[in-house]
Amino acid sequence: MGPLLVLAMLSYTIRRLLVAIPTILLLIVACFFLMHVAPGGPFTSERPLPEAVLANIEARYGLDQPLWKQLWDYLTNIVVHFDFGPSFKFKDRDVNDIIAHGFPISLTYGFLAFLAASIVGIALGVAAAIRHNTWIDYFAVCLGVAAQALPNFIMGPILILTFTLWLGLLPGGGWNGGQWQYLVMPVIALSTSYMGSIARITRSSMLEILHSNFIRTARAKGLPEYLIIWRHALKPTLLPVISYLGPVFVYVLTGSVFVDIYFSTGGLGQSYVSSALSRDYAVLLGVTILYGALTVIVNLLTDLAYAWFDPKIRY
Amino acid sequence: MLKTRKTFLLALVSSSLLIGTASASSKVPDGVKLAEDQTFVYRVLDEHSSVDPQVVEDVTGSEVVRDLFEGLMNQDSDGNLVPGVATGYTVNDDNTVYTFTLRDNAKWSNGDAVTAQDFVYGWQRAVDPELASPYQWFMELMSIRNAAEIIKGEKAKEELAVKAIDDLTFEVTLTAPLPYFAQMTTQSTTYPAPRAVIEKHGDKWTRPENIVSNGAYILTEHVPNERSVRERNVQYWDNDNTILDKTVALVINDENVALTRFLAGELDRTEVPAGQFPRLQKEYPGVAISFPRLCNYYYTFNLSDSGPEAFKDVRVRQALALAVDRKIISEKVLAGGQPEAYTFTPEAVAGFTPPVTEMATMSQADRDAKAKQLLAEAGYDKSNPLSFEMIYNTSESHKKVAVAMSQMWKQKLGTQISLANMEWKVFLETRGNQDFELARGAWCGDYNEASTFLDLLDSESGYNDGKYNNAKLDELLDTAKRSTDAADYYRQIEEMLASDMPVIPVYHYAGVYMMDSDVGNWPVNNVQTRWYSKDLYKTAQ
Repeated sequence: MGPLLVLAMLSYTIRRLLVAIPTILLLIVACFFLMHVAPGGPFTSERPLPEAVLANIEARYGLDQPLWKQLWDYLTNIVVHFDFGPSFKFKDRDVNDIIAHGFPISLTYGFLAFLAASIVGIALGVAAAIRHNTWIDYFAVCLGVAAQALPNFIMGPILILTFTLWLGLLPGGGWNGGQWQYLVMPVIALSTSYMGSIARITRSSMLEILHSNFIRTARAKGLPEYLIIWRHALKPTLLPVISYLGPVFVYVLTGSVFVDIYFSTGGLGQSYVSSALSRDYAVLLGVTILYGALTVIVNLLTDLAYAWFDPKIRY
Repeated sequence: MLKTRKTFLLALVSSSLLIGTASASSKVPDGVKLAEDQTFVYRVLDEHSSVDPQVVEDVTGSEVVRDLFEGLMNQDSDGNLVPGVATGYTVNDDNTVYTFTLRDNAKWSNGDAVTAQDFVYGWQRAVDPELASPYQWFMELMSIRNAAEIIKGEKAKEELAVKAIDDLTFEVTLTAPLPYFAQMTTQSTTYPAPRAVIEKHGDKWTRPENIVSNGAYILTEHVPNERSVRERNVQYWDNDNTILDKTVALVINDENVALTRFLAGELDRTEVPAGQFPRLQKEYPGVAISFPRLCNYYYTFNLSDSGPEAFKDVRVRQALALAVDRKIISEKVLAGGQPEAYTFTPEAVAGFTPPVTEMATMSQADRDAKAKQLLAEAGYDKSNPLSFEMIYNTSESHKKVAVAMSQMWKQKLGTQISLANMEWKVFLETRGNQDFELARGAWCGDYNEASTFLDLLDSESGYNDGKYNNAKLDELLDTAKRSTDAADYYRQIEEMLASDMPVIPVYHYAGVYMMDSDVGNWPVNNVQTRWYSKDLYKTAQ
């Protein structure tokens, strides 16, 4: 890449990041008001608190202020102190603590699941395409469809019954600082269905590429098949896969609610759902902002990756 | 302070009785061999809210706090009061001044002595508007003088009527005589608090690296949403009689996963998922256990102006209550050993003998016949069927009960019922605003006495979502609270409820557990399920 190209990409990145700020701000405001529209509040409970008690609690958390003031204070606290506020439900911790604890966990098994899904999925897809209409192809397609048909809430129980109850090989849940025994089942449960989709997309994309003119040219000049695949076919094959992988990456990090609940990993997905149910406003907002920022960044990275994979795309 | 010799003697007798039952050596029966590894691992549904005794509000957190801290009084395995930090107490003539004597060997985990000042600090903290504990109401319920005013911000917290007469004497003055006041000191809100530690670390004082506590255990590890670990406090005054070394709480949201992990040997205790008890009891006799709990399950009519006209007719309420076949709900729908409910107050409540109501003695066929007759008298029949909506919060087991009840009514009485489930907070708002016709309700006792349930139906109660208003009941409740033997009043109230039927009691909760057979001394008879790790042990298998 020449210096001009790097400069163009840099300015593109900066422009995209600048757009991201109002996007996230809009997300916060929308989420903030939607949250307050939902019936009930963080302190609605089976035993309604006496008025004086409720007033004390609301004063402590600033919930007695008008909504616009609450939103303003919230935003200034983030910008000035990088403080995402308290948790109303978990009173010994604040939102920064909750994210600092849960996000690395979600990130760890989410990233591993993403790697597993991509590597195995792409390998299966490529194998199926280059051995088109052979038993390898049929096997890979079957496996891909089966994997896709097994969402994580089906995989979870199957894995636990097999590995924990029958074989007694793996612990049935927990995290334990991320020891590998505790990672195996969450990663498998989370990655299988994506793996299936990736394999299918890779296969059809590869088949299309293998029939295109430039591959025919490469074959005509006598290049060995493995070099054709490796040098010429793989990169364009991966273009549609990458556009799929971007959102998948966000999904495995954010959509891991089931895995968190089922395997008691302590990841952030669970906090997301439980904070919505318990109207733990600051936690819900904090996690939403994190996920929103993550989506923006991953989308940007996906777009930048396009340029690298496809010389036709320039910014 | 003590005006007559008689009261003094009585008090002495009662406090020595208390000491008598506290003996810990009787914990392990003769011939039982203890296990090498004294670790108890149990499942909790959700992460605890806090381990700060004054702040904690959930059951899970209270279980942890009861191990980490110790209040004036504890409960034994039957729910009776036994000494905690206090060795006993005396009461003045009109039951408004309680004086607790603290033991001189109680220590914090850092070696400091536990003094009456620690209790004064803890109790002031509990009512402090600045701390804004969600359990401030409990201090008000305890009728401590000035508590209500402090919570409202009208008085300073230092004016709370609690006094450290000396290091080992703690005195409380009440605004009204409360016969069950001492029972209430087993609640974690009333535990002592370590002032120096709290002032040094602020909000972070409950972290394992900072916390100092005075109970049998100290918090050694806390991984949010995964586990919390408490281990023996060697400074605890009764450490020599404590057997369990370590208690681990694992957060497992899904009850079926928890059951699998129990069966794989990872847990010593977990809840039995609804409907699975009969099967598990057959497969694991002695491990799947069920015992009564201090909670009720009912449906409440909306009797306010916004409620349907039909429900204002007592015959309609009677008919609906009669036609519910509680035996089927208890044995077929829930199948976990839940007692059928014909009174609002669970039979398990201490000092409460349920009245023998007419409904309880009838056969279901007779009940159904009477229900039909009553509904016809009220003017509802096939051409003019009774129709209403019943609401419950989203949950599989609530749904099963609601479906069963609505089918019973439909088949027996021809009523047309629409069922609506709502997310928890939406449900609470809807019910609290009287925006319903018939709504599910459930209540767990805050203390082991009938008023903790019956208060719900007081016309002034903030929990009275059906807006039942009966001046006679209010008066009886008031009288009961001032009397030393209230059992008779509570019986009268229940009789009144049985004829007036403002709510339909359906069943009373049961604790349904898978409990490893090597866990010793689990307090199955403590209906509040107040268990203390220090009373448990593990046997060798």
